[in-house]
Amino acid sequence: MLNALATEARPGVVPAKAALVIRPRQEIQRLMRAEASERAAEQTPEELIAAVAEQRDREAFIGLFRLFAPRIKAYLMRQGADPASAEDLVQDVMLTVWHRAGQFDRRKAAVSTWIFTIARNRRIDTLRRIRRPEFDPEDPALVREPETAPDAHVEASERSKRLHEAVATLPKEQESLLRLVYFEDKSHSVIAEELGLPLGTVKSRLRLAMAKLRAALETLE
Amino acid sequence: MIPTHHPSDDYLIAYAAGSLEEPLSLVVATHLALCPRCRKEVERLEALGGVLLEDEAAAETATDERALDSVLSRLDAPAPIAPGPIAPGPIATGPIATAPKPRQAAPGDLRVPAPLRDYLGGGLEQLDWKAHKGFDEAELLSDAPGFRTRLMRIKSGTAMPAHTHRGNELTLVLTGGFSDEHGHFLRGDLAEADASVKHQPIADPGEDCICLAVTDAPLRLTGPVGRLLNPFLRI
Repeated sequence: MLNALATEARPGVVPAKAALVIRPRQEIQRLMRAEASERAAEQTPEELIAAVAEQRDREAFIGLFRLFAPRIKAYLMRQGADPASAEDLVQDVMLTVWHRAGQFDRRKAAVSTWIFTIARNRRIDTLRRIRRPEFDPEDPALVREPETAPDAHVEASERSKRLHEAVATLPKEQESLLRLVYFEDKSHSVIAEELGLPLGTVKSRLRLAMAKLRAALETLE
Repeated sequence: MIPTHHPSDDYLIAYAAGSLEEPLSLVVATHLALCPRCRKEVERLEALGGVLLEDEAAAETATDERALDSVLSRLDAPAPIAPGPIAPGPIATGPIATAPKPRQAAPGDLRVPAPLRDYLGGGLEQLDWKAHKGFDEAELLSDAPGFRTRLMRIKSGTAMPAHTHRGNELTLVLTGGFSDEHGHFLRGDLAEADASVKHQPIADPGEDCICLAVTDAPLRLTGPVGRLLNPFLRI
Protein backbone atom coordinates (compact mmCIF):
# COMPACT_ATOMS: atom_id res chain seq x y z
CA MET A 1 0.00 0.00 0.00
CA LEU A 2 2.75 2.40 0.94
CA ASN A 3 4.46 1.57 -2.28
CA ALA A 4 1.32 2.30 -4.23
CA LEU A 5 0.97 5.71 -2.58
CA ALA A 6 4.58 6.52 -3.25
CA THR A 7 4.07 5.64 -6.86
CA GLU A 8 1.01 7.82 -6.98
CA ALA A 9 2.90 10.78 -5.59
CA ARG A 10 5.57 10.56 -8.17
CA PRO A 11 4.73 12.85 -11.07
CA GLY A 12 4.37 11.38 -14.48
CA VAL A 13 3.80 7.84 -13.26
CA VAL A 14 0.36 6.42 -13.73
CA PRO A 15 -0.69 4.89 -10.43
CA ALA A 16 -1.53 1.22 -10.42
CA LYS A 17 -5.24 1.16 -10.83
CA ALA A 18 -5.81 -1.80 -8.59
CA ALA A 19 -4.51 0.08 -5.58
CA LEU A 20 -7.32 2.62 -5.83
CA VAL A 21 -10.40 0.49 -6.34
CA ILE A 22 -12.41 -0.68 -3.39
CA ARG A 23 -11.98 -4.42 -3.22
CA PRO A 24 -14.77 -6.88 -2.59
CA ARG A 25 -14.74 -8.70 0.74
CA GLN A 26 -13.54 -11.97 -0.74
CA GLU A 27 -10.61 -10.24 -2.27
CA ILE A 28 -9.68 -8.69 1.06
CA GLN A 29 -9.84 -12.07 2.75
CA ARG A 30 -7.66 -13.53 0.07
CA LEU A 31 -5.15 -10.75 0.61
CA MET A 32 -5.20 -11.28 4.36
CA ARG A 33 -4.46 -14.95 3.94
CA ALA A 34 -1.72 -14.10 1.52
CA GLU A 35 -0.26 -11.69 4.08
CA ALA A 36 -0.47 -14.39 6.73
CA SER A 37 1.50 -16.74 4.58
CA GLU A 38 3.90 -13.93 3.77
CA ARG A 39 4.54 -13.57 7.47
CA ALA A 40 5.08 -17.29 7.60
CA ALA A 41 7.40 -16.96 4.65
CA GLU A 42 9.44 -14.35 6.50
CA GLN A 43 10.17 -16.84 9.23
CA THR A 44 12.53 -19.69 8.68
CA PRO A 45 11.14 -23.21 8.91
CA GLU A 46 13.24 -23.54 12.07
CA GLU A 47 11.39 -20.60 13.66
CA LEU A 48 8.04 -21.96 12.52
CA ILE A 49 8.69 -25.34 14.02
CA ALA A 50 9.89 -23.79 17.28
CA ALA A 51 6.60 -21.86 17.44
CA VAL A 52 4.71 -25.09 16.85
CA ALA A 53 6.70 -26.89 19.53
CA GLU A 54 6.62 -24.18 22.17
CA GLN A 55 3.32 -22.39 21.61
CA ARG A 56 1.36 -24.94 19.58
CA ASP A 57 1.10 -22.10 17.05
CA ARG A 58 -1.39 -23.03 14.35
CA GLU A 59 -0.45 -20.16 12.05
CA ALA A 60 3.11 -21.38 12.09
CA PHE A 61 1.91 -24.92 11.39
CA ILE A 62 -0.10 -23.67 8.42
CA GLY A 63 3.07 -22.02 7.17
CA LEU A 64 4.93 -25.33 7.40
CA PHE A 65 2.05 -27.12 5.76
CA ARG A 66 1.99 -24.75 2.81
CA LEU A 67 5.72 -25.06 2.43
CA PHE A 68 6.08 -28.82 2.69
CA ALA A 69 2.78 -30.57 1.96
CA PRO A 70 2.82 -30.05 -1.84
CA ARG A 71 6.45 -31.15 -1.96
CA ILE A 72 5.90 -34.26 0.13
CA LYS A 73 2.99 -35.11 -2.13
CA ALA A 74 5.09 -34.69 -5.25
CA TYR A 75 7.82 -36.81 -3.63
CA LEU A 76 5.38 -39.61 -2.78
CA MET A 77 3.80 -39.60 -6.21
CA ARG A 78 7.18 -39.89 -7.87
CA GLN A 79 7.70 -42.94 -5.67
CA GLY A 80 4.65 -44.49 -7.26
CA ALA A 81 1.91 -43.60 -4.78
CA ASP A 82 -1.49 -42.93 -6.31
CA PRO A 83 -2.94 -39.47 -5.56
CA ALA A 84 -5.30 -40.70 -2.85
CA SER A 85 -2.74 -42.61 -0.83
CA ALA A 86 -0.17 -39.86 -1.37
CA GLU A 87 -2.71 -37.43 0.09
CA ASP A 88 -3.31 -39.66 3.13
CA LEU A 89 0.41 -40.02 3.70
CA VAL A 90 1.00 -36.28 3.42
CA GLN A 91 -1.59 -35.67 6.11
CA ASP A 92 0.01 -38.37 8.20
CA VAL A 93 3.45 -36.84 7.85
CA MET A 94 2.19 -33.35 8.70
CA LEU A 95 0.34 -34.63 11.77
CA THR A 96 3.57 -36.32 12.86
CA VAL A 97 5.32 -32.97 12.42
CA TRP A 98 2.70 -31.35 14.68
CA HIS A 99 2.92 -34.01 17.36
CA ARG A 100 6.67 -34.44 17.38
CA ALA A 101 7.77 -30.85 16.82
CA GLY A 102 9.17 -30.94 20.37
CA GLN A 103 11.63 -33.63 19.35
CA PHE A 104 13.07 -31.63 16.49
CA ASP A 105 16.65 -30.61 17.26
CA ARG A 106 17.89 -27.76 15.10
CA ARG A 107 21.50 -28.48 16.00
CA LYS A 108 21.21 -31.92 14.44
CA ALA A 109 19.14 -31.29 11.35
CA ALA A 110 17.45 -28.72 9.19
CA VAL A 111 13.65 -28.85 9.18
CA SER A 112 13.73 -30.08 5.59
CA THR A 113 16.02 -32.94 6.63
CA TRP A 114 13.77 -33.92 9.50
CA ILE A 115 10.62 -33.83 7.39
CA PHE A 116 12.37 -35.75 4.62
CA THR A 117 13.25 -38.57 7.03
CA ILE A 118 9.69 -38.70 8.37
CA ALA A 119 8.25 -38.84 4.85
CA ARG A 120 10.82 -41.41 3.74
CA ASN A 121 10.12 -43.69 6.69
CA ARG A 122 6.34 -43.42 6.40
CA ARG A 123 6.69 -44.25 2.71
CA ILE A 124 8.76 -47.34 3.43
CA ASP A 125 6.31 -48.52 6.11
CA THR A 126 3.22 -47.90 4.09
CA LEU A 127 4.07 -48.24 0.44
CA ARG A 128 6.89 -50.75 0.49
CA ARG A 129 5.74 -52.65 3.57
CA ILE A 130 9.24 -53.65 4.46
CA ARG A 131 11.38 -52.81 7.43
CA ARG A 132 14.16 -50.31 7.39
CA PRO A 133 16.65 -51.37 10.03
CA GLU A 134 18.10 -48.39 11.91
CA PHE A 135 20.76 -48.03 14.53
CA ASP A 136 19.60 -47.00 17.98
CA PRO A 137 21.31 -43.80 19.20
CA GLU A 138 20.77 -44.98 22.81
CA ASP A 139 22.31 -48.40 22.24
CA PRO A 140 25.10 -49.06 24.76
CA ALA A 141 26.86 -51.00 22.00
CA LEU A 142 26.98 -47.90 19.76
CA VAL A 143 30.54 -46.80 19.01
CA ARG A 144 30.83 -43.07 19.64
CA GLU A 145 33.15 -40.47 18.21
CA PRO A 146 36.13 -39.86 20.50
CA GLU A 147 35.85 -36.07 20.19
CA THR A 148 33.16 -33.59 19.19
CA ALA A 149 31.92 -33.82 15.66
CA PRO A 150 33.51 -31.15 13.45
CA ASP A 151 30.06 -30.24 12.09
CA ALA A 152 28.68 -29.53 15.54
CA HIS A 153 29.43 -25.80 15.66
CA VAL A 154 27.66 -25.01 12.38
CA GLU A 155 23.89 -24.62 12.31
CA ALA A 156 22.31 -27.54 10.52
CA SER A 157 20.18 -25.14 8.48
CA GLU A 158 23.35 -23.36 7.35
CA ARG A 159 24.78 -26.67 6.14
CA SER A 160 21.56 -27.36 4.26
CA LYS A 161 21.70 -23.95 2.67
CA ARG A 162 25.25 -24.62 1.54
CA LEU A 163 24.22 -28.00 0.18
CA HIS A 164 21.39 -26.36 -1.68
CA GLU A 165 23.76 -23.95 -3.38
CA ALA A 166 26.17 -26.76 -4.18
CA VAL A 167 23.44 -28.91 -5.74
CA ALA A 168 22.58 -25.98 -8.00
CA THR A 169 26.15 -25.91 -9.35
CA LEU A 170 26.29 -29.62 -10.19
CA PRO A 171 26.35 -30.61 -13.85
CA LYS A 172 22.81 -31.36 -14.99
CA GLU A 173 23.49 -35.08 -15.44
CA GLN A 174 24.69 -35.43 -11.85
CA GLU A 175 21.86 -33.40 -10.40
CA SER A 176 19.15 -35.30 -12.22
CA LEU A 177 20.78 -38.59 -11.27
CA LEU A 178 20.65 -37.57 -7.61
CA ARG A 179 16.96 -36.82 -7.97
CA LEU A 180 16.34 -40.18 -9.59
CA VAL A 181 18.20 -41.97 -6.83
CA TYR A 182 16.42 -40.13 -4.04
CA PHE A 183 12.96 -40.00 -5.48
CA GLU A 184 12.27 -43.00 -7.64
CA ASP A 185 12.78 -45.89 -5.26
CA LYS A 186 14.83 -47.87 -7.74
CA SER A 187 18.08 -49.69 -7.26
CA HIS A 188 21.10 -48.15 -8.94
CA SER A 189 21.27 -51.00 -11.41
CA VAL A 190 17.66 -50.44 -12.47
CA ILE A 191 18.39 -46.73 -12.89
CA ALA A 192 21.47 -47.56 -14.96
CA GLU A 193 19.41 -49.83 -17.18
CA GLU A 194 16.74 -47.20 -17.70
CA LEU A 195 19.28 -44.53 -18.54
CA GLY A 196 21.09 -46.93 -20.86
CA LEU A 197 24.31 -46.43 -18.92
CA PRO A 198 26.72 -48.95 -17.45
CA LEU A 199 26.26 -49.34 -13.69
CA GLY A 200 29.83 -48.17 -13.21
CA THR A 201 29.01 -44.84 -14.88
CA VAL A 202 26.05 -44.31 -12.59
CA LYS A 203 28.20 -45.07 -9.57
CA SER A 204 31.02 -42.82 -10.68
CA ARG A 205 28.62 -39.95 -11.41
CA LEU A 206 27.20 -40.32 -7.94
CA ARG A 207 30.69 -40.38 -6.48
CA LEU A 208 31.62 -37.21 -8.38
CA ALA A 209 28.48 -35.45 -7.22
CA MET A 210 29.11 -36.49 -3.63
CA ALA A 211 32.71 -35.32 -3.77
CA LYS A 212 31.56 -31.86 -4.84
CA LEU A 213 28.87 -31.67 -2.20
CA ARG A 214 31.29 -32.82 0.45
CA ALA A 215 33.82 -30.21 -0.62
CA ALA A 216 31.13 -27.51 -0.35
CA LEU A 217 30.33 -28.61 3.19
CA GLU A 218 33.94 -28.78 4.20
CA THR A 219 34.44 -25.08 3.57
CA LEU A 220 32.05 -24.60 6.49
CA GLU A 221 34.06 -26.66 8.93
CA MET B 1 37.93 -48.52 17.74
CA ILE B 2 36.71 -46.72 14.63
CA PRO B 3 36.34 -48.84 11.47
CA THR B 4 38.61 -48.17 8.51
CA HIS B 5 36.69 -50.04 5.79
CA HIS B 6 33.38 -48.38 4.95
CA PRO B 7 30.44 -49.03 2.63
CA SER B 8 30.80 -47.27 -0.71
CA ASP B 9 28.85 -44.09 -1.43
CA ASP B 10 26.14 -45.78 -3.41
CA TYR B 11 25.12 -48.03 -0.49
CA LEU B 12 25.02 -45.07 1.89
CA ILE B 13 23.06 -42.98 -0.60
CA ALA B 14 20.53 -45.75 -1.20
CA TYR B 15 20.22 -46.22 2.56
CA ALA B 16 19.60 -42.51 3.14
CA ALA B 17 17.20 -42.33 0.21
CA GLY B 18 15.29 -45.31 1.56
CA SER B 19 15.66 -47.51 -1.52
CA LEU B 20 17.97 -50.18 -0.12
CA GLU B 21 16.56 -53.67 0.36
CA GLU B 22 16.17 -54.88 3.91
CA PRO B 23 19.15 -57.29 4.10
CA LEU B 24 21.51 -54.63 2.74
CA SER B 25 19.97 -52.02 5.02
CA LEU B 26 20.62 -54.35 7.92
CA VAL B 27 24.34 -54.55 7.12
CA VAL B 28 24.62 -50.81 6.52
CA ALA B 29 22.68 -49.87 9.67
CA THR B 30 24.73 -52.28 11.81
CA HIS B 31 27.90 -50.76 10.38
CA LEU B 32 26.49 -47.32 11.27
CA ALA B 33 26.10 -48.40 14.89
CA LEU B 34 29.85 -49.09 14.90
CA CYS B 35 31.00 -46.19 12.73
CA PRO B 36 30.58 -42.52 13.72
CA ARG B 37 32.11 -41.42 10.42
CA CYS B 38 29.41 -43.08 8.34
CA ARG B 39 26.67 -41.91 10.73
CA LYS B 40 27.77 -38.39 9.97
CA GLU B 41 27.86 -39.17 6.28
CA VAL B 42 24.30 -40.48 6.41
CA GLU B 43 23.24 -37.31 8.26
CA ARG B 44 24.64 -35.33 5.35
CA LEU B 45 22.90 -37.56 2.84
CA GLU B 46 19.62 -37.09 4.67
CA ALA B 47 20.22 -33.35 4.60
CA LEU B 48 20.66 -33.72 0.86
CA GLY B 49 17.32 -35.53 0.74
CA GLY B 50 15.76 -32.57 2.55
CA VAL B 51 17.35 -30.12 0.13
CA LEU B 52 16.06 -32.08 -2.86
CA LEU B 53 12.63 -32.26 -1.22
CA GLU B 54 12.60 -28.47 -0.76
CA ASP B 55 13.52 -28.10 -4.41
CA GLU B 56 10.99 -30.64 -5.47
CA ALA B 57 8.64 -29.01 -7.85
CA ALA B 58 7.98 -25.63 -6.35
CA ALA B 59 5.80 -25.52 -9.45
CA GLU B 60 3.75 -28.52 -8.35
CA THR B 61 0.24 -28.41 -7.00
CA ALA B 62 -0.61 -25.50 -4.75
CA THR B 63 -1.67 -26.38 -1.23
CA ASP B 64 -4.75 -28.46 -1.21
CA GLU B 65 -6.99 -26.47 1.14
CA ARG B 66 -9.18 -29.46 1.89
CA ALA B 67 -6.17 -31.43 3.03
CA LEU B 68 -5.10 -28.53 5.21
CA ASP B 69 -8.57 -28.31 6.77
CA SER B 70 -8.58 -32.02 7.39
CA VAL B 71 -5.23 -31.89 9.15
CA LEU B 72 -6.18 -28.79 11.17
CA SER B 73 -9.32 -30.50 12.39
CA ARG B 74 -7.24 -33.40 13.68
CA LEU B 75 -4.53 -31.46 15.48
CA ASP B 76 -6.26 -31.68 18.85
CA ALA B 77 -6.91 -35.38 18.68
CA PRO B 78 -4.47 -37.39 20.77
CA ALA B 79 -1.30 -38.32 18.94
CA PRO B 80 -1.80 -41.53 17.04
CA ILE B 81 0.25 -44.53 18.04
CA ALA B 82 3.74 -43.74 16.83
CA PRO B 83 4.19 -45.02 13.29
CA GLY B 84 6.23 -48.17 13.66
CA PRO B 85 8.04 -49.97 15.04
CA ILE B 86 7.09 -52.89 12.89
CA ALA B 87 8.59 -55.57 15.05
CA PRO B 88 11.43 -56.22 15.26
CA GLY B 89 12.59 -53.06 13.52
CA PRO B 90 13.29 -49.93 15.48
CA ILE B 91 11.16 -46.79 15.56
CA ALA B 92 10.19 -45.82 12.07
CA THR B 93 10.70 -42.10 12.02
CA GLY B 94 14.45 -41.93 11.97
CA PRO B 95 17.01 -41.41 14.65
CA ILE B 96 16.19 -37.73 14.83
CA ALA B 97 12.54 -38.33 15.52
CA THR B 98 12.98 -41.36 17.72
CA ALA B 99 11.25 -41.05 21.05
CA PRO B 100 13.42 -42.04 23.98
CA LYS B 101 12.89 -45.71 24.56
CA PRO B 102 12.94 -47.30 27.97
CA ARG B 103 16.29 -49.02 28.33
CA GLN B 104 16.29 -52.64 29.18
CA ALA B 105 18.16 -53.42 32.36
CA ALA B 106 20.29 -55.96 30.55
CA PRO B 107 21.54 -54.52 27.27
CA GLY B 108 22.10 -58.00 25.91
CA ASP B 109 25.14 -59.06 23.98
CA LEU B 110 27.24 -55.93 23.39
CA ARG B 111 29.10 -57.67 20.60
CA VAL B 112 25.94 -57.33 18.55
CA PRO B 113 24.62 -53.77 18.22
CA ALA B 114 21.10 -52.82 17.23
CA PRO B 115 19.55 -53.24 14.72
CA LEU B 116 21.17 -56.66 14.16
CA ARG B 117 20.40 -57.66 17.75
CA ASP B 118 16.68 -57.40 17.00
CA TYR B 119 17.05 -59.97 14.25
CA LEU B 120 18.75 -62.64 16.35
CA GLY B 121 15.83 -63.51 18.58
CA GLY B 122 18.17 -64.09 21.50
CA GLY B 123 21.94 -64.10 21.68
CA LEU B 124 24.56 -65.32 19.27
CA GLU B 125 24.66 -68.63 21.10
CA GLN B 126 20.96 -69.27 20.64
CA LEU B 127 21.20 -69.22 16.85
CA ASP B 128 20.77 -72.32 14.80
CA TRP B 129 24.44 -72.67 13.80
CA LYS B 130 25.27 -75.14 11.09
CA ALA B 131 28.80 -76.52 11.23
CA HIS B 132 31.02 -76.61 8.16
CA LYS B 133 34.71 -77.33 7.90
CA GLY B 134 36.44 -74.41 9.61
CA PHE B 135 33.37 -72.27 10.03
CA ASP B 136 29.75 -72.24 11.17
CA GLU B 137 26.88 -70.32 9.69
CA ALA B 138 23.42 -69.29 10.79
CA GLU B 139 20.81 -68.01 8.43
CA LEU B 140 18.84 -64.82 9.11
CA LEU B 141 16.07 -63.08 7.21
CA SER B 142 15.33 -66.16 5.16
CA ASP B 143 12.18 -64.48 3.88
CA ALA B 144 14.01 -61.82 1.83
CA PRO B 145 13.90 -62.99 -1.79
CA GLY B 146 17.09 -62.75 -3.81
CA PHE B 147 19.39 -62.46 -0.81
CA ARG B 148 21.19 -64.71 1.59
CA THR B 149 21.79 -63.16 4.98
CA ARG B 150 23.96 -65.08 7.35
CA LEU B 151 26.16 -64.88 10.38
CA MET B 152 29.45 -66.67 9.77
CA ARG B 153 31.72 -67.80 12.55
CA ILE B 154 35.22 -68.60 11.37
CA LYS B 155 37.43 -70.40 13.86
CA SER B 156 40.34 -68.24 14.92
CA GLY B 157 43.38 -68.78 12.75
CA THR B 158 41.61 -70.83 10.08
CA ALA B 159 40.99 -70.15 6.41
CA MET B 160 37.66 -70.24 4.64
CA PRO B 161 37.53 -72.10 1.34
CA ALA B 162 38.52 -69.78 -1.53
CA HIS B 163 35.48 -68.55 -3.38
CA THR B 164 34.13 -66.04 -5.85
CA HIS B 165 30.63 -64.63 -5.95
CA ARG B 166 27.94 -64.68 -8.54
CA GLY B 167 26.68 -61.39 -7.23
CA ASN B 168 27.78 -58.91 -4.60
CA GLU B 169 28.73 -59.72 -1.07
CA LEU B 170 28.86 -57.39 1.92
CA THR B 171 30.63 -58.70 4.99
CA LEU B 172 30.62 -56.86 8.31
CA VAL B 173 32.98 -57.98 11.06
CA LEU B 174 31.45 -58.21 14.54
CA THR B 175 34.15 -60.01 16.52
CA GLY B 176 37.77 -60.90 15.83
CA GLY B 177 39.05 -60.09 12.41
CA PHE B 178 40.06 -61.57 9.07
CA SER B 179 42.48 -60.90 6.26
CA ASP B 180 42.18 -61.59 2.59
CA GLU B 181 43.82 -60.37 -0.59
CA HIS B 182 42.18 -56.98 -0.10
CA GLY B 183 43.08 -56.10 3.43
CA HIS B 184 42.67 -56.70 7.09
CA PHE B 185 39.19 -56.33 8.52
CA LEU B 186 38.34 -55.78 12.17
CA ARG B 187 35.17 -55.14 14.17
CA GLY B 188 32.93 -52.69 12.34
CA ASP B 189 34.83 -53.00 9.06
CA LEU B 190 32.78 -53.72 6.00
CA ALA B 191 34.20 -55.68 3.07
CA GLU B 192 32.60 -55.41 -0.34
CA ALA B 193 33.16 -58.04 -2.98
CA ASP B 194 31.65 -58.43 -6.41
CA ALA B 195 31.77 -61.13 -9.04
CA SER B 196 35.32 -60.18 -10.03
CA VAL B 197 36.72 -60.87 -6.58
CA LYS B 198 38.17 -64.21 -5.68
CA HIS B 199 39.16 -64.36 -2.08
CA GLN B 200 40.08 -66.61 0.77
CA PRO B 201 39.45 -64.99 4.12
CA ILE B 202 41.68 -66.13 6.98
CA ALA B 203 40.50 -65.44 10.51
CA ASP B 204 42.90 -63.71 12.86
CA PRO B 205 44.34 -65.85 15.62
CA GLY B 206 43.02 -65.32 19.11
CA GLU B 207 39.27 -64.86 18.77
CA ASP B 208 36.71 -66.46 16.49
CA CYS B 209 35.67 -64.10 13.72
CA ILE B 210 31.93 -63.55 13.58
CA CYS B 211 30.66 -61.68 10.53
CA LEU B 212 27.33 -60.65 9.13
CA ALA B 213 27.36 -61.50 5.43
CA VAL B 214 24.79 -60.66 2.79
CA THR B 215 25.04 -61.93 -0.77
CA ASP B 216 22.62 -61.22 -3.54
CA ALA B 217 23.45 -64.53 -5.23
CA PRO B 218 24.98 -67.80 -3.99
CA LEU B 219 28.76 -67.94 -3.74
CA ARG B 220 30.80 -70.04 -6.13
CA LEU B 221 33.62 -72.12 -4.74
CA THR B 222 36.94 -72.17 -6.55
CA GLY B 223 39.98 -74.36 -6.10
CA PRO B 224 40.07 -78.15 -6.40
CA VAL B 225 38.39 -78.97 -3.11
CA GLY B 226 35.96 -76.13 -3.48
CA ARG B 227 34.95 -77.30 -6.94
CA LEU B 228 34.38 -80.73 -5.53
CA LEU B 229 32.24 -79.36 -2.74
CA ASN B 230 30.35 -76.93 -4.92
CA PRO B 231 27.29 -79.07 -5.59
CA PHE B 232 26.95 -79.95 -1.93
CA LEU B 233 28.00 -76.88 -0.05
CA ARG B 234 26.65 -73.46 -0.69
CA ILE B 235 28.79 -71.11 1.34
